[in-house]
This record gives sequence, structure tokens and C-alpha cells, in this order.
Amino acid sequence: MGATAEAAVGRPRRRPLVWRRIANGSVPYLLVAPVVLVLFAVLAYPIYYLVRISLEDFTLFTLAKGVGPYIGLKNFSSVLHDQVFWHTLLRTVVFTAVNVTLTIVGGTLIALLLKRLWTPVRILLTVGLILVWAMPPVVAVQVWIWMTNVQNGVLNYVLTTLHFGNYDGHNWFGSPISSLGMATTLIVWGALPFVVITVYAALSQVPHELVEAAQIDGAPSWRVFKDVTMPVIAPILYLLTCLSILWDFGVFTQVYLLIGQPAIVPANYVMGIYLWEQAEVLDLYGRGAAISILMLVIVAAMSIFYVRRMVRTAEIT
Amino acid sequence: MSHRLGQKLGWNALGLVVFAVMVFPVYWMISTAFKTNDEINGSVTPGWVPRHPTLQNFSRVTHKAYFWTDVKNTVIVVLVAISIAVVFAFLAAVALEKYRFTGRKFFLVLLIGVQMLPGIGLIIPLYILLAHVPLLHLNLVNHLSGLIVVYISAVLPFSVWTLRGFLMGIPKELEEAAMVDGSSRLGAFFRILLPLVAPGLVAVSVFAFIVSWNEYVFARLLLNDGSTQTITVWLANYIGGEKALDWGGLMAASTLIALPVVGFFLLVQRRIAFGLTAGAVRG
Repeated sequence: MGATAEAAVGRPRRRPLVWRRIANGSVPYLLVAPVVLVLFAVLAYPIYYLVRISLEDFTLFTLAKGVGPYIGLKNFSSVLHDQVFWHTLLRTVVFTAVNVTLTIVGGTLIALLLKRLWTPVRILLTVGLILVWAMPPVVAVQVWIWMTNVQNGVLNYVLTTLHFGNYDGHNWFGSPISSLGMATTLIVWGALPFVVITVYAALSQVPHELVEAAQIDGAPSWRVFKDVTMPVIAPILYLLTCLSILWDFGVFTQVYLLIGQPAIVPANYVMGIYLWEQAEVLDLYGRGAAISILMLVIVAAMSIFYVRRMVRTAEIT
Repeated sequence: MSHRLGQKLGWNALGLVVFAVMVFPVYWMISTAFKTNDEINGSVTPGWVPRHPTLQNFSRVTHKAYFWTDVKNTVIVVLVAISIAVVFAFLAAVALEKYRFTGRKFFLVLLIGVQMLPGIGLIIPLYILLAHVPLLHLNLVNHLSGLIVVYISAVLPFSVWTLRGFLMGIPKELEEAAMVDGSSRLGAFFRILLPLVAPGLVAVSVFAFIVSWNEYVFARLLLNDGSTQTITVWLANYIGGEKALDWGGLMAASTLIALPVVGFFLLVQRRIAFGLTAGAVRG
């Protein structure tokens, strides 16, 4: 574009051409240099370092030196032969699948509902969703802890009052499934607004005439959704699903804080917590690094789908 | 006709139920914050509205050890990180949008990819490297600067991507016209480009603010002393291990910490919704 501009001015004078060209050519590189430097220092080099210490017997004792004895792939074989790793991986996959399904299906249903509401009700619900969206996760966790506590949590009271059974003094954190189920409610609650509002925006691109024509032809509403609405919102649902999978697979804060440190045991680990416990609590940095790499490889493999779609839709030229 | 009206009523009723369920936790937080602990712990039957609304929870919480210190720490970290990140991101966005250069495509793809990496996967190397910064021989654990560096890199990919989207919307002709009229490239930049992209800069800053204000993992990892903590860590430590009793204080603190985020969020919600799926929605 520099060239276009110059052509427009009609090249008033000739300058030493080579120097000018080099100077002009280096401008974009100078502009991206700060970002590249930061990403190199805080991402690229740490990832290299992560690979390096995953091959070392790196513990608290070697922390000060910054280098431990080289032990090859022993950390990886130790992790891959550990039942805890496989159980945690499986648990995380199931946890992610449940959270993502609830988020995407629930979000789409609420977005469709939003379409059918009277304007005042729709505005009310939208504002409510935005309010939920704005809640900091750490704050939401505190509210959940308060609402689900054994002595006087409002959840037990409401469930008992509505005759869902006797939940008086029910402990929601008594078993791994129940604890993670509570984490699911928290995560899905926090993730719904983004999905609802994005899908709702996509729904406005569904051609109105097509929907009406299908309805006049007597198509049942699920057919209208499947054949008219779905093709329009499918690309955005695909992106939202990819994003949700990646976010939920790497989740840490909500689960870690909701279950709470003393109650965190291998039976309720998800990947993020497994990693944290190995590194932060047990100071097994080398082994933790091996887990990190396995986790990052899984995430990178999954994110290929997202990145490819983003590259295509963003028309990077 | 009445059948259709009944249906319509049904959907609206359902909409109100969804609203009530979604908003209830937020309402319950605020409502609890204004109750006395006697009212909260005194009976098993919760009162839906505070019987004797009081501000004592708020005053007690703000007088707790380190509350204001940690608010100050958070503000420092967030402001410094945002200022640096936004400047860096803007420069990169200009390069990506106004120049064609070798490696440009690769850089764009890299930005999307990097965005998806879970932060938790990098806690080990970042902790060790910040404890012994190579070449400089510094220990940045328990220093705000270590966290600032991490936050800058956390918000950069998104910021570059979003600002590039804003720059794409500005017609080239405007800038070219200014240059034809005798402006230098720099002059055109300050007079034409900057004012037009200002809303983008605001949106990105607010987004970066929310991300860094809310962040917990790295704050917990890198700052582990009461006086150097950030506010999310302070809040997470409020009840400690025993999960009990000062619910009024906990909810008052939660309300205070959520307040700035909610305020800023309402300001730019529309743009953030666009931004997160920037590539998909805006092209």
C-alpha cells in the first residue's frame, strides 16, 4: 500500500532507492517486534524450557540451580504408567463433554426462546444474561460455596421446599461425582450468556421469508429448525463448540476453588488440577512438566479444528 | 387465536423462569451482603430480602487486613499491563493491516493458535523462569512485575486480533486522501487513523481490564504474600479451608470485587460479543 500511495503522489523526487526500500520494508517488522518479543519470552521460551525439564529429574532441590539431572523419557513413562493420569484424563473428557453439551444445547434453546418473547421480557432476560456474563469466576465460586453449604445453603432449602426430596443438611461435596456436578452447574451457568447472545445474533441472519414459507407449507417446527435455521447458525455453533471444548478441558479455577484445597483428592482431579497438585503441592516439576506437555499436545490437536475454521472464515490474505 | 395467545404466554412465562434461575445467584450475593450475620445464620429458613438492611458487612470487609493493599496491587498490575499491551497490540495491528510482508500470514495464524493454549499448562516453566529470570538474574516471584509480564502476553493475541478488525473497517481512501493533501504518513496516522480506531482501543482496554482483574491462577502462583496479592486471591482466601460462617462479609466482598467488572462490562458488552468471534462474525 506504501507503493500505491507513492504512485498517487507521482514520486516527486528520486532518493537513494535501496536504502529507502530497506527502511520501508523493515517498518512492519519493527511494528510487530514488541508483540513477537513478548510472545517469545512468555510463550515460546517457556515451552522450550517445559520440554527441557520434562526430560530432567527436576524437583524442589534442583529449583535453585535451574537444571536437574537428565533422565530421558522417564517422566513420561512414569506418568503414562500411572493409573491416576488415565483416570484423570478420562474424567476430564467426560466432564468436558457434559459441560460443552449442556452449554451449547442449553444456549441454543435459550436463544431460540429469546426469539419468541415479548420485547420487555426479552430485554429483561438479555440484561440478566449480561449481568451473569460479567460475574468474575472467582466471585461466582464464592456465591456457589455459600448457596450450596451444608448448614444453611439456599439450594438445600429450595429443593426441600419444592418437594424434590429431603435435602436438609445434604452435603453436595460428599462424592467426586456430586462435587464435579456442582462444578458443572457453575461452569455452565457462567458460559451460557456468551453462547446465548452469540447464537441469538446468528439467528437474526436466518431469512424470515424462508421460515414463513416453510411454516405455510405445514412443516413442523423441528423441521423448520433443522432445515432452515440450522444451516445458517451451524458455522457459529461449530466455533462455539470448539471454543467451549478448549476452555472446559483446561478448566482450573472454578473446580479448584469450589471443591476447595483440603477436599481435592485424586478421585476428583481434572487435568488442570492434577497438574497443579504435581507441581505446586508435591514440587515434582519434571513430572508435572511431562503432564503439561501431554495436556498441551491434546489441546493443540483439538484446536487445529478451531484454528483452521477461523483462518478460513477470517479470509486471511 | 386464543390457542396462539396461550402459547405466547407460555413462552414468556418460561422466559421469566430462565431469567429467575440465571439471575438468582447474583441476587442472592447482593441480598446476603446487606444482611446481618445473625439473620443469615440465625435460622434455617432464608429471608428473600434483608430484614434489617445494613452496611456493616461492607465496612467490616474493607477494614480487613490487606483489602485495600490488594485492591491497589490489582489496579497497578491491571493498568500497567493494559497500557503496555494496548500500545504493542496497536502497533502490530497496524503492521498486519497496512502492510504486506513475509511471515504475515504465519503470524496471524499463530495469534489464533496461541490464544487457545490453556494457561495452566504453562505454570511450571513460568514459575521457574520468573523465579530465576535468565540473563537478568532477577527473582520476580512475589513482585508485581512478574505478573504484569504474564498478563501482557495473555491479552496480546486477542487485542491484536480485535484491533486489526477495527482497522479493517477504516477505508484506505481516507488515509490516502490525507496523504494526497500533503500529510505525511505519520500525520495521516494521527489525524485520521487514531480518532477512528479510538473506540477499538477503548474496547480492547476494557476487555484486557476484565481479563486481568478476574485472573486467578497466575496471581495465586506468582504472588503468595498478603501484601503483594491481588484481589481475587484475597477473596479466594477469605473463608480459608473451613468453608464457614462469615457469609455476609464474603458476599459483601464479592459484590465489591464484581462491581468494577460489571460496570465496565456493560460499557462494551456489544463489542466484546463481536470480538470473541471476531473472525467469524466480522470477517
